[in-house]
Amino acid sequence: MARLKQGENKTIFTRGPSAGARVLLFSLLSIVLMTLDHRQQHVETLRNALSLLVYPVQRLVNVPADTVRWLSEEFTSKEEQQIEIQRLKQEVFFYRSQLRKLTVTEVENRRLRLLLQSSEDLPERTIIAELVNVDADPYRHQILINKGSRQGSYLGAPVLDAEGIIGQVLHAGPLSSVVVLITDPSHALPVQVDRNGLRGIVRGTGRYSELLLPYMQNNADVEVGDLLITSGLGGRFPRGYPVGRVSRISQDPGQPFLRVVAQPTADLDRVREVLLLMAPPEQPDNPNEEFDTELSDPAADLAPS
Amino acid sequence: MSRLTERGGWVILVSFLVGLILTLIPTPEWADRFRPQWVALILIYWCMALPDRVGVGIGWMAGLTLDVAQASLLGQHALAMAIMAYVTNKAHMRLRVLPLWQQSGTVLLFLLVNQLIVQWINGVVGYPPRDWWYLAPPLASTLLWPWVFVVLRDLRRRLRVT
Repeated sequence: MARLKQGENKTIFTRGPSAGARVLLFSLLSIVLMTLDHRQQHVETLRNALSLLVYPVQRLVNVPADTVRWLSEEFTSKEEQQIEIQRLKQEVFFYRSQLRKLTVTEVENRRLRLLLQSSEDLPERTIIAELVNVDADPYRHQILINKGSRQGSYLGAPVLDAEGIIGQVLHAGPLSSVVVLITDPSHALPVQVDRNGLRGIVRGTGRYSELLLPYMQNNADVEVGDLLITSGLGGRFPRGYPVGRVSRISQDPGQPFLRVVAQPTADLDRVREVLLLMAPPEQPDNPNEEFDTELSDPAADLAPS
Repeated sequence: MSRLTERGGWVILVSFLVGLILTLIPTPEWADRFRPQWVALILIYWCMALPDRVGVGIGWMAGLTLDVAQASLLGQHALAMAIMAYVTNKAHMRLRVLPLWQQSGTVLLFLLVNQLIVQWINGVVGYPPRDWWYLAPPLASTLLWPWVFVVLRDLRRRLRVT
């Protein structure tokens, strides 16, 4: 338009009506995109393609912090490293002995399951992913990790660290994935109380140190200090991983439900490396699983869920 | 699209890239709440200085990039940026003759509109803002406007971006 001459007046004159039309067009396009993105997963391919363009920038902004960490690791003294190695050796020794005990239990467990004719839990494969970026928007608890669908990440993949569940994959790009944390206000996952099998749902609050356990009836058997583990219902998270510990219970006689607050076991705001559970060969969908849960936890039947 | 890179168009591209980097760079947690809307500031400048080159379309694309980078709803920032670019294009003649502090006031207004659209969509999809902190980024950005303006203007003159 402005190629002939850079006369300001000329360009403004010819531009007038088309700018309004363009803003309408782009607004409509945005609304269509948002609706598709919110309702279905149709535009996920577009997002994944664009994420390839943005990913280098997301890596680039971490270069200074990474360099500092690398330097501090590089310049630790030999003694410190020796101490560290010593500590790690002891830890490995400890865990190995624990594992030995677990192997015996696992064999026994498998035998018992065979007797009950229920299918065994599939062994899970994991990959270690590194945290690349934390969402700058303080209202959303989302992180970016450096493993994408090419490395085995997939939509809905559970993400954990050594202490417990962290979240699940929200967008799986080719080289990176966005993970929504369990403390995100839009996230909820099915759990049960480790002590008695009481089932419930854990919802995020938007604060890193708080999870909410809604719909617990006033007479529910929950105590401060109870460990909440994933119940495996819903089929997204595997069963038995720790989620949080009940930290506060308050009762308002006027309300039908207890107000139960739990603290996540995982270090959600300090985590640097996470474990990604990869998809099992095929999604096991066995009715026995559910039946089995009910059988082994008689308390779960009595409790409101 | 090819028009974008001639007559110093790469300066515009690089400035948006720098804006994106500043948006994503890790900061201490307390500073996150005040993180300026860098891309929006840069967009306002170019929409005001070169309204025949930078407008709704480029604003929309910058917004879409932000959406992907921040994993927000695809089209959310794009919509806000497109509307802001349109308003700035419309007002560019008036903006240019204002002294810097009055310009800052207008920029605050534009940024608030931008932020309100983003928060409004957040509310619709289930992330309603819980407090008044979402007003902090536009205010912080307004304080930075004079510097952004001066830096980009000098760049534009020195590198002859027309």
